[in-house]
Parts: sequence; structure tokens; C-alpha cells
Amino acid sequence: MDGALSMALEQARQAGAIKVFVIRLRIGALSGVVPDALEFAFEALAPGTLAEGARLDLEYVPARFWCETCQSEFQADNMLAACPTCQTPSRDLRAGRELELASLEIE
Amino acid sequence: MCKDCGCGLPGETPIGITGEGHSHPHSHDHTHDHDHEHDHDHPHTHSHAHSHGGTSHSHPHSHGGNAEDHHHDHDHDDATSQDQHRTIEIRRSILEKNDRLAERNRGFFRARGLVVLNVLSSPGSGKTTFLRETVKALGDRLKCGIIVGDLATDNDARRLRESGAPVVQITTGTVCHLEAEMVGRALGQMDLGGLDLLIIENVGNLVCPASYDLGEDFRVVLLSVTEGEDKPLKYPPMFNAADAVIISKIDLAEPCGFEREAALANIRKVSPKAKIFELSAKTGVGMAAWCDHLVEAREGRTNEDPFLT
Repeated sequence: MDGALSMALEQARQAGAIKVFVIRLRIGALSGVVPDALEFAFEALAPGTLAEGARLDLEYVPARFWCETCQSEFQADNMLAACPTCQTPSRDLRAGRELELASLEIE
Repeated sequence: MCKDCGCGLPGETPIGITGEGHSHPHSHDHTHDHDHEHDHDHPHTHSHAHSHGGTSHSHPHSHGGNAEDHHHDHDHDDATSQDQHRTIEIRRSILEKNDRLAERNRGFFRARGLVVLNVLSSPGSGKTTFLRETVKALGDRLKCGIIVGDLATDNDARRLRESGAPVVQITTGTVCHLEAEMVGRALGQMDLGGLDLLIIENVGNLVCPASYDLGEDFRVVLLSVTEGEDKPLKYPPMFNAADAVIISKIDLAEPCGFEREAALANIRKVSPKAKIFELSAKTGVGMAAWCDHLVEAREGRTNEDPFLT
């Protein structure tokens, strides 16, 4: 979280912000991020910064795997998922590990 | 602090890095320089594709020469948006800094021809014993160096030094994982001359270290028979990222009632392509196949990925 917060603060400062209202993060289903832990850390770290009192908006990105057999992608919400067409498990993750600072709402 | 668990909150202990300079059995009365300083100022570029999915507003955007200057304001025509609020798009990975430093480490390792392992598991699965015995069993076939991470103490470093390999201990204080930057600093404490294999023993933790690339070639995840067959299902990100899974302490399989077939099936489910090794560092069973594999990895590093079948 300090990575997300310090990146947000740096970007806000560069944009000449005097206050941050909303921090939007994109979080992959398999990023390993626990939203509660993120919120908790944010509340611990934000006071005294431009982002004090800001809202955290979390946007989820579903996981997509590539199936070697079917030569196509399939969506899943966990790592144990097999291809719905041929039932072959895949570890070729194409999306879902994102942890990204998407945008900021500032003044 | 860790993005996953919030460890390392304010008040954290500084990261400590301890080489073995103080514990050499012989003393030098002259200073000697290591020649493996590496520059930290090579230019890097990062690209950031950016597309909007569902939103209907569009905003032309151009980047000036400055790569850092890539936020861009855009106006909403509808007057309903809060008076002074404006939105700036950023779209940058939070782990970007670690990933960048990991790539720097990787380049450094490649340039030296080092094969690098990132060894991960829960606490107590036998990483340290396994690695000490690995180094001993490899003998002259591969010259090894070890970087070991723990929250506190240099107990593991001392145990690992029994193998004869150079060892650098990183103490992370309250941080639950190693980061690329810590590894980069630890490298400055080790004489890498003549090494073939660098083993990084991560902090015992099956969650957060999965997110932090250190610049390694291969991730090795241990599962001891005392932990239960369903560990891979409980911690899929860690096992999914494994190039090799080691089932350790197999000398205890019987007393523990370890169900081998179930464990193998669970590993396969989460990590269909990882190589699986079953061994006991204590009795030596299975160590030869593992060591052969490492030698092969070193020999074939310019060829195909030997960890993937």
C-alpha cells in the first residue's frame, strides 16, 4: 500500500494538487491483494498526507488464462480453474495479476 | 511495506545486510576491492498502453519528451462534476519499481552467467537444511553463493555457512518478503567471482513473496510432508508461480500419513508445468536428481528452459 500511496502522492504533487479525493486502483483477481488489508494500510498511512480522508476505489480485473489445447482464452476467478471447453488446467495467466494505480481525483 | 499484508508499518526496523566479512577464519591485513559494483543509473523506458473500456469520454493525449510527465488532465463537459475536482489518469503498476529493479538484477546475473534461484516456502518446511545439503551435494559441480532473508537473526546464515558457500544474510525487520532492491544491495556484500549458482532463500511465507520478482531465473517452492497435501490449493499464487516444487522431508512421509498421490494431484492442479522433486535433505534420498537438474539448468541456460518439461 505504501507503494500505491507514494505513487499517488507523487503524481498528485506533480499535477499541482492541494488535495486528493479519490484514489482508483485496478486489482487483478489473482494479484494476491486482500482489499481489507489494503484499506487498513491506507487508513494507517494516509493521515497527514494530501490523501487524508480520500476514498479508495477498487476496480477488479478478472483473471484470464490461455488454453494451449483450444488455442483460446478463458476467464476464471481462481488459479485452479481448468479450461471450460476441454478441462485442461492452464498456468498461462494472461490477465489478473494487475495491481495498478488507475487514476486520481484531485483538487 | 507489503501490498498484500500491510507488514512493515511505520516504525519498522531498518533492513540489515550482513556479509561474512566478520566471520572469515583468516584475516586480511590489506583491503581488497570487489570488482562487481554495478551502476544504478542506466536509462530505462517503460511503456504504458492505455485504453478505456466502458467510459465514453475521450481525451486526446500527447506525451512530451519527459517520460515521467505522462499524466494528462481532461475536462468533463458536463457541469455536474464537482467544482474543483479533476481526474488524472495514471495507469501505472504499483510494483513497477520492484519490477524495474528486478530486471536490473536479472541483467546483472545474466551478464555474469549466474543461474539464480528464488526459494520459497512457509516457515519450517526445511529450506535452510535443504539448501545447505544442496550446496554440499553439488560439491565442485557448481559453485554456489547464498543470500538468505529473515525478519531477524543470522541463524540461517550461520547454518548455511556450514556448507562452505559464501552467505549474505538480509534481515528485513518487519517486512515479510524480500524485494529486488534488498537483493541488489546484498550482492555488494558477496564476492561473486567464480560462482555458477546464486540461491536466494526468501523469508518463510507462502503469500506475499509471490508478488516480488527478485530477478531470479527460477522459482523453487517447498512443500514439506508435514504440512498437508492441500497446501498448493490453499496458496495458489505461490505454487502457480513455481518452476519447481520440492516435496521435502519425505523421510517423514509415513509417520505423517502423507498422501503422496493427493499432494501430486494438487500441485499439478495449480501448477501444471512445474517440475516436481521428492526428496529428503536429511537422508539424501532424491537429492541427486535435484542436483543433476541444477547442473543441467546451468549448462542449458542459453538453450531451452530446463525447468519446464
